[in-house]
Amino acid sequence: MTTPVPDPSLRYQRREHGLMLALVSPALLVILLLIVMPVGWLAWQSIYHDGFTLENYRRIFTEEVYWRSFALTFEISLAVTVLALLLGYPVAYLANTVPKGWSILILALVVLPFWTSVLVRAYAWLALLQRTGVINQLLRYLDMINEPLALVHNTFGTVVATVHILLPFMVLPLYATMQKIPSDLMQAGASLGASPSLTFVRVFLPLSLPGVIAGCTMVFVLCLGFYITPELLGGGRTVMVSMLVSRNVELYNQFGAASAVAVVLLLSVLLIFFAVSRFISLDRILGQK
Amino acid sequence: MNTKRNFGLGCALLGAIGVTTAAHAAEQITFVSQGGAYQQAQTVAILDPSAKKLGITINQDSIPDAWPAIKTQVGSGKPIWDVVDTPTGYCLRGGEQGLIEKLDFSKIPNAAAMPDAYRSPHSVSYEFYSSVLAYSQKTFPKDAPNSWADFWDVKKFPGRRALRNHPIATLEAALMADGVAPDKLYPLDVERAFKKLEEIKPNITVWWTSGAQSAQLLNDGEVDMEMAWNGRVSAVAKEGAKVAFTYNQGILQSTSLCILKGAPNLETAVKFLNEAVDPVHQANLPLHIDYGPGNPKAFETGVIKPERAAQLPSEPANAAKQALMSYAWWSSPAGEAAEKRWASFMQK
Repeated sequence: MTTPVPDPSLRYQRREHGLMLALVSPALLVILLLIVMPVGWLAWQSIYHDGFTLENYRRIFTEEVYWRSFALTFEISLAVTVLALLLGYPVAYLANTVPKGWSILILALVVLPFWTSVLVRAYAWLALLQRTGVINQLLRYLDMINEPLALVHNTFGTVVATVHILLPFMVLPLYATMQKIPSDLMQAGASLGASPSLTFVRVFLPLSLPGVIAGCTMVFVLCLGFYITPELLGGGRTVMVSMLVSRNVELYNQFGAASAVAVVLLLSVLLIFFAVSRFISLDRILGQK
Repeated sequence: MNTKRNFGLGCALLGAIGVTTAAHAAEQITFVSQGGAYQQAQTVAILDPSAKKLGITINQDSIPDAWPAIKTQVGSGKPIWDVVDTPTGYCLRGGEQGLIEKLDFSKIPNAAAMPDAYRSPHSVSYEFYSSVLAYSQKTFPKDAPNSWADFWDVKKFPGRRALRNHPIATLEAALMADGVAPDKLYPLDVERAFKKLEEIKPNITVWWTSGAQSAQLLNDGEVDMEMAWNGRVSAVAKEGAKVAFTYNQGILQSTSLCILKGAPNLETAVKFLNEAVDPVHQANLPLHIDYGPGNPKAFETGVIKPERAAQLPSEPANAAKQALMSYAWWSSPAGEAAEKRWASFMQK
């Protein structure tokens, strides 16, 4: 046995880790100061107002209004996620298969709406969907309907506009994952006699699942906090959790009443992820077993 | 070169000190309103003339919702604002919570001369607007809906409807639709109001949240009739839309002036308060914007022409057709409970 010689690569690695840590520390500090501390402070206010109180939470768990909003918020988020996946997957797939120039064009079109504000896009949907809007007028002109359809000022209008706004968050992670799938695998499948659709289902689809999970998570979580779209296009009936937050500031004149709602939303999201991870091994989905 | 520049700087500093002392010598206050065209109109009609007459400086600030700022400023013990123009309900609530100075009306003769309903121990009415029944003249070229009972009558007046997504003024409208006289509304029968609202709920297309939204709904023909603020409807009509409204059974609402507890320039603020509700200054306001004067004596000054007066919400004949909102009721526990009940009504 030779005496252990310090592995130079290990030392190098350790030094690199130290450097990395030093480089991320400003970002971590910003997160700590601007996110962790204010969120912690708000959470504290939800249980402390002239002494400890669970009043804010008692209200959430006993008044029906809160359950309705939470249920509606999760329903809308689920609908938006499913629609965004159905619409986004083919787009990402197409961008992945066409030549480079075309894929850049497709991705540019996907990202383009990012350059206009959410507010402007909500109003644009209003112009399209309302009773005297473009779609209803076109359908009437074509004699397909007698009465204008109620396309907006309800949950439907909210979902449509939200899908539009969140679609890029589905397409981009999908595209990134698909890019990493080696095209040899599809050729191998074909050479073994599988039809294109079988190769897709057995090879491509499972390999793209990490992108699906990433995209769905992103869209679902972002949708849970949506405010402007339901406010403008929901017709007053579509009360999502974020609207409860702002309403509670007005009604109770203290931050605690509002931040308790946000804390419950945060905890229920964490709970969902915990439940999902218990039933489906995330590792297997990510293909690392 | 260097000395010269320092000398110049020194002179500038001295000058600045001189200016600051001069400003301190003259009395001043900080006045806060909601900004935009509304504050601009006040500046011309009320603020500048008052400053000139009293020989004081009025520093202006604006904020869309003053309530949270009032709470934090007074809570910190060192408020920087003196006088605030804010929806009357906040003045009353602030008075109850010790955030607003109690007024000595012997020092405010102009306010003392106003009817009791136009002032409270903590505030004085400053201007009026109204929640009215507005409709499309395209849908109703004649025989337009003229009362909340008509608004509720979906058979006689078919069409799409909108109401404000807020209990204030909406509960009043529901009760009037159910036959309660405009001057017998308070204390509101909340149970009866919500029951009446349940009746019309399936026929409400939109529950609007902002004044701009209510204007857009009417302008685009998205609804045929709605509750809206008179100024919003007349603005849309001025741009050529075929819309109109009636003051009949409108709900007359106001913003009021109040003084922050521990205001830095309390005495000057009281003097200004008196001047701001002077009938002549008040009469000048509606010449610049579609709001009515807070002091009804403004209509006796001759400044407002009869044609113009007829368009204003607080003109005596128009006011007589309307219900005067009781902010005292809305800031009472019963009012706050009704406000909290609204959310469950909306989501049922």
